[in-house]
Amino acid sequence: MATMTMIQALNSALDTMMDRDPSVLTFGEDVGYFGGVFKVTEHLQKKYGPKRCFDAPINENGIAGVAIGMAAYGLRPVIEIQFADYMYPAYDQLVSEAARLRYRSANDFSAPLTVRMPYGGGIRGGQTHSQSPEALFTHVAGLKTVIPSTPYDAKGLLIAAIEEDDPVIFMEPKRIYNGPFDGFHDRQVSPWSKHPASEVPEGYYKIPLGKANIVREGEALTILAYGTMVHVALAAAEESGIDAEVIDLRTLLPVDIETIEASVSKTGRCVIVHEATRTSGYGAELSALVQERCFYKLEAPIQRVTGYDTPYPHSLEWEYFPTPPRIIKAMRRVMEG
Amino acid sequence: MSSRKSNALDLHVPAPRARPGDKPDFSGWTFPEPGDTPRPDVDAPSMELREYAYGLIRVMDMDGNALGPWTPHIAPETLRRGIKYMLLLRAYDERMHRAQRQGKTSFYMQSLGEEAISIAQTLALNPDDMCFPSYRQQGILIARDYPLVDMMHQIYSNASDPMRGRQLPVMYSSKKDGFFTVSGNLATQVPQAVGWAMASAYSGDGRIASTWLGEGSTAEGDFHAAMTFAAVYKAPVIINVVNNQWAISSFQGIAGGENTTFAARGVGYGIPPLRVDGNDFLAVYAVTQWAAERARANLGPTLIEHFSYRAGPHSTSDDPARYRPADEGRSWPLGDPIARLRDHLVSIGEWSEEQHRAAQEEAVETVRTVGREAEKVGVLSTDAPATHTRASMFEDVYKEMPWHLREQRDETGA
Repeated sequence: MATMTMIQALNSALDTMMDRDPSVLTFGEDVGYFGGVFKVTEHLQKKYGPKRCFDAPINENGIAGVAIGMAAYGLRPVIEIQFADYMYPAYDQLVSEAARLRYRSANDFSAPLTVRMPYGGGIRGGQTHSQSPEALFTHVAGLKTVIPSTPYDAKGLLIAAIEEDDPVIFMEPKRIYNGPFDGFHDRQVSPWSKHPASEVPEGYYKIPLGKANIVREGEALTILAYGTMVHVALAAAEESGIDAEVIDLRTLLPVDIETIEASVSKTGRCVIVHEATRTSGYGAELSALVQERCFYKLEAPIQRVTGYDTPYPHSLEWEYFPTPPRIIKAMRRVMEG
Repeated sequence: MSSRKSNALDLHVPAPRARPGDKPDFSGWTFPEPGDTPRPDVDAPSMELREYAYGLIRVMDMDGNALGPWTPHIAPETLRRGIKYMLLLRAYDERMHRAQRQGKTSFYMQSLGEEAISIAQTLALNPDDMCFPSYRQQGILIARDYPLVDMMHQIYSNASDPMRGRQLPVMYSSKKDGFFTVSGNLATQVPQAVGWAMASAYSGDGRIASTWLGEGSTAEGDFHAAMTFAAVYKAPVIINVVNNQWAISSFQGIAGGENTTFAARGVGYGIPPLRVDGNDFLAVYAVTQWAAERARANLGPTLIEHFSYRAGPHSTSDDPARYRPADEGRSWPLGDPIARLRDHLVSIGEWSEEQHRAAQEEAVETVRTVGREAEKVGVLSTDAPATHTRASMFEDVYKEMPWHLREQRDETGA
């Protein structure tokens, strides 16, 4: 075991897979010599050579399209979109191509590629470096979408994603790359080394896709969250004194419906938290699923705590970003219901 | 609208020379004479090849004589195979187009007038080279002896359709024949071909990739992304722009061809740009051979513009008489690809009018026989064939069906 940040854990996942499987290679903007703007691919070019870890032109359309061709050949490319905010030029390739090769060719071709992209706010990144476009992927038949919340999960999930035979969108909550941010932006941030999930095995292990993690057991209500919001939700649970059960979804599609259903059936109350804009956000899907399956167990209307339906602001970031006080407010509302 | 200023600018919107009712107008078009264009060494630096973007590589004259350094010296037997494949392709297209008119399927796209491109290129490539076609290169499958009946099953979305009724007609796929699943979203296959070629080079494989798109879709970002990646990583790929003059109703000027050629797109990327008479089987074969040899020598990509004419409608949903002169195709200065190869073969004593007629009849008869066989399995109808079960709709979305699809499948009562 070693103590790792999420960046180091992701790097270790890539290292582990490149070492095990010569069909794994990685490329993206600044990914090669420099090791990526967030350093997730650091040292990989030096260790595996420039053919297995290299810089790509600033063209997400091409990065995705080329990776699909490589995957169709039989490789397992892992591409980095430097920021999720830059994925839109790649969107057609991911949605119309990667997601559908298997279906449209009746299982003749497939695209086992992993698309890594740092996402989310809380880093003073403004509207081009803070977005959370996960719902644009969960809406697409043929893609799987994964979001880790700890170094341990990040490594195990990335390895599982690389080994998947279908395309996986792997979104990395960049606000917690270096430490588990709890949403109190004016407080001291603790490093990963103080968090038990920073203990990461050196070698190979997998966390299966489609399995959520109950990160806090509780009886009063259920909070559904993923990425940075897992830590914000945990902080809200502690601050509120309400005995919340916090579920880290880890995989958004396919989502672990059994864990969600069991928890909400037990607590009868549900709060959904995400950074992305609210309308047609992933929380809407979660809310619908909970309503469909747990309606007669629900004691109160489901509450959503999300980013607002505006572009991501710069100076008003902490008004926009879901913080513990906002979550606590929603928790109190479902407790009153 | 603001009032007109003294230094008023004027917006230019390109327009073709002739529209319905006009006489076809190719006046002022000049081409190099057949045989006049030199053939560079395959390892020539791309900087020295720029002039090829603005010329036109031609081998056959209009009397069927093969001239000059690009003459590919193909065995007569291969040429006879080539013309038979072209005849089969044309007969197949004709029947499938008619089948759509008879209500046996929803949609069809012919490659009328462009047969030399897919057939000659396939014969010039190795059988295991990977093709990333657009929707008008069904000739690749024909020249790779893919079963015609399976192509028809796909067109009819019937019980034996290898695509299980998932795809619009003509969107074939056959991995074992090196034929990538056709998308229908234009130009997406081009960066994929580059990626496949990069993967081949990465893996120490010897196979190369070849991809096709229309001149219209060179305007897509995917084409430029592909050109950038192909150039940067010297991908062993041939990028073919089939300039058939028309993108549905938009003439090639709308795609940016008014003041330059599509081959010239290669110049800016440092990719050798060969511009070829796409109706000249020998020239198409020769440039493909050149590009393939260059790619196999690890010298990177080639861009080929095939200068041709879409003699038929864009698809069965299209009526070209509404936007271009009805006889424009017949006036095409570079003729018909099948007639031209026939004339060449006859002129070298390797073919005769009788043989040609017999081959034509044989192609039509083959298509008729196979057509009956396919129709016996079924044609497109309101009810999907019994083998396309409701449950099958949910298969192959993922390798293993996740719970939400299982649930939706069960909801349908399947």
